[in-house]
Amino acid sequence: MAIRRKLIAGIASSLSIMLSGAVQAVAEMNMRPGVTETSIEAYELHMLVVWVMVAISFVVFGAMFYSFIFHRKSKHPTPATFSHSTKMEIIWTTIPVLILIYLTIPAVSLLIKMEDASDPEMSIQITGSQWKWHYKYMDQDIEFFSNLATPREQFEDFNADGQTKGENYLLEVDNEMVIPINTKVRFLVTAEDVIHSWWVPEIAVKKDAIPGFINETWTNIPTPGTYRGQCTELCGKDHGFMPIVVKAVSKENFAKWVASKDAERLAAEEAAAVAVAASWDLDKLMALGKTAYDAKCAMCHQVDGSGVAGAFPALKGSVIATGPVAAHMTMVVDGSTGGMQAFGKQLSDAELAAVITYERNAWGNNTGDTVTPADIQAFKAGN
Amino acid sequence: MSDHHPTGITRWLYTTNHKDIGSMYLWFSFIMFLIGGAMAMVIRAELYQPGLQFVQPEFFNQMTTMHGLIMVFGAVMPSMVGLANWLIPMMIGAPDMALPRMNNWSFWILPFAFTLLLSSFLMEGGAPNFGWTFYAPLSTTYGPPSTDFFILGVHMMGISSIMGAINVIVTVFNMRAPGMTLMKMPLFVWTWLITAFLLIMVMPVLAGTVTMMLTDRHFGTSFFDAAGGGDPVMFQHIFWFFGHPEVYIMILPAFGVVSEIIPAFSRKKLFGYSSMVYATASIALLSFIVWAHHMFAVGMPVAGELFFMIATMLIAVPTGVKVFNWVATMWQGSLTFETPMLFSIAFVILFTIGGFSGVMLAMAPVDFQYHDTYFVVAHFHYVLFPGAIFGTTAAVYYWLPKWTGKMYNETSGKIHFWLSMIFVNLTFFPMHFSGLAGMPRRIPDYNMMFADFNMWASIGAFGLGLTQVYFLVTIIMAIRGGKKADEKQWDGATGLEWDALPSPAPYHTFSTPPKVD
Repeated sequence: MAIRRKLIAGIASSLSIMLSGAVQAVAEMNMRPGVTETSIEAYELHMLVVWVMVAISFVVFGAMFYSFIFHRKSKHPTPATFSHSTKMEIIWTTIPVLILIYLTIPAVSLLIKMEDASDPEMSIQITGSQWKWHYKYMDQDIEFFSNLATPREQFEDFNADGQTKGENYLLEVDNEMVIPINTKVRFLVTAEDVIHSWWVPEIAVKKDAIPGFINETWTNIPTPGTYRGQCTELCGKDHGFMPIVVKAVSKENFAKWVASKDAERLAAEEAAAVAVAASWDLDKLMALGKTAYDAKCAMCHQVDGSGVAGAFPALKGSVIATGPVAAHMTMVVDGSTGGMQAFGKQLSDAELAAVITYERNAWGNNTGDTVTPADIQAFKAGN
Repeated sequence: MSDHHPTGITRWLYTTNHKDIGSMYLWFSFIMFLIGGAMAMVIRAELYQPGLQFVQPEFFNQMTTMHGLIMVFGAVMPSMVGLANWLIPMMIGAPDMALPRMNNWSFWILPFAFTLLLSSFLMEGGAPNFGWTFYAPLSTTYGPPSTDFFILGVHMMGISSIMGAINVIVTVFNMRAPGMTLMKMPLFVWTWLITAFLLIMVMPVLAGTVTMMLTDRHFGTSFFDAAGGGDPVMFQHIFWFFGHPEVYIMILPAFGVVSEIIPAFSRKKLFGYSSMVYATASIALLSFIVWAHHMFAVGMPVAGELFFMIATMLIAVPTGVKVFNWVATMWQGSLTFETPMLFSIAFVILFTIGGFSGVMLAMAPVDFQYHDTYFVVAHFHYVLFPGAIFGTTAAVYYWLPKWTGKMYNETSGKIHFWLSMIFVNLTFFPMHFSGLAGMPRRIPDYNMMFADFNMWASIGAFGLGLTQVYFLVTIIMAIRGGKKADEKQWDGATGLEWDALPSPAPYHTFSTPPKVD
């Protein structure tokens, strides 16, 4: 008796372990409820439809499998001859209509709620470009780019050097979007080049970023935390490498963050002034230029300036990089309609000057030209 | 006498015979199926585990794009036209298609169109890399130089499809045997007639889309460029006005196929024939007013989202009618489970699962969470692979004895079925989970939390790919050395092709129209 009881207890405990494992697996294979009112309602609606569909499939597939077993030729040699029943057809047209109405009602009210971006307490403009996000806080003097922070060595496994991938592999950025909790934040979503889409699953916000148009959406996050998402519209080569991280913090911490960003900006302005005043020689510019080029430009134009045929022009020996300096500055600072991004805001004046100098002298371009931060400042003022 | 036909290469080049042309369409589509499948293998190999192991992101994007284009325009659509060519004249008692010379042309355009498209891999900048939906401005301002070859290729496929559709409509309206009234036609003919109307309506829209791309790229227009007063979202509206009916173009003929096969192996008439016809027509009509459900995230007004959500959900009603009618056909029948029936049953079950996820995707507020994730990839592969492709496969097994006079090996057929059934689910079911967990589609690399399901999907895909090679072997063995087929190979089969023609069907059939009561 005791043995049997032990056995049962043992089975029960191993079952519960298996079950808890299964529950964990369920958490990874289903939609996450998320943290906002709308994301939780979307999750609930999702689960409702799932269960309705499961119920329908039991009825329909149940009838089919009943037929397979009991109406097979060996069991049921003489087929029935009916081929029509108005009554049945009316029934199975009406019932789906009723089920659909039942599902539509909560969907309509949730949709209307999700699309109501009125009366926001603050607004952030989100701009997608190949392959990064730019956030501009409309009510504060803050704007910055948000780039993938996972180092390339972690995903380029071609050489199998076996760099381990971190927990937030491909879902981590250098500058997170920081927003206060319990605040209705409006997002104004747009793009610079191609269509991108800004998605953070845990707040159930997905909105396409379309060049030339501004879309509106919103969120109101009740709990502090870090929420991660990705671009969800194919936007070219590095579409898989432009994650989104939203950090929701208390209102006090948000105020502190705003203050620190203000200080950062002042420091940057000072550094820029120092850079303009400083003396720059070719070696110094080339050193800074190489660093900035490898970080921002090599993704497309390649480290050796050879470009990618048919997609990204080579800089080695190119007309722009060896021709007039002004045209080169225009291309880098303002971009072009042919697909070159504007780097005027993405890099500091010193970096811009260094990159242009680097491009004009590296890989055998050897023009001997130097462009200084002061030149860039003058160029920007002339625009 | 009626079996006399020309020989050599010119038989195939110059042929105006619907059976020859049908065979060429089917072989062509199978070759494209293997090429598109090979690209899927590259995709799944890269996604087998996190990190980039085999291909660079640029090439990965070319793979996803060309896989989609080849499968949609090269594999599924031509296979359906092949079936139409073989079967429609025999089913309605006509000697051939109404416009045989045009029939020859619409086939022979295709090898050139796809050679053009595939040659783009050898061009500077590589093949098209903007997804099979080729959204502007990624495909216009930012498209590689080969985009222009893609545009010309799409034009050629479009001309081929339009001519094929005209041929079907003219044949069905003018060439039916005396007594073959519209409401007596086999359902396969009905579904193809409706498909042909869809093709004629939307292929010109696709042609317009790619022409606007061409002028945006080279002649200074700005249809899809906001900087010149255009709108990238307009591209999506026009594309999906083509794209959604296109989905039904790929599936409706498969509906017709299973509506022939299920009654044959249930030994019972198709349940609700006329409601099947009306349901097919309603699905086709509704397909024109639901296109923007592909675009819920573009920032449409709420009223627009509501309209497209509700219209889309309505499609579930006629689709449900079809599924219920298939089940009712089997109900109290006398069922046997030969290979064509197995594929048809799997079609009904797995297509229904694809329909369920379709209803989920139709609901705009939750679609924001599903849109452009692997959940969508799972959904449309469920309606296309176990849907359209299982439908064609069932048709090949079912009519092969009539076409070739030879029977396939039933054991091989069943092995093909069970392997396909297991691997198709192993490949595509886990994609529901990775999508719900948050994995976007069309990415070459992903976070570790999606690793398990991607590995399963990749293993399933390799199995599924190999299984289709086994299908090829099975069919070639049947044609080369299969047992001789009976005139009426399946005791439950009905229709002129089984009742009035020997197996194999002679080169020329119904030179004098049969009598239909």
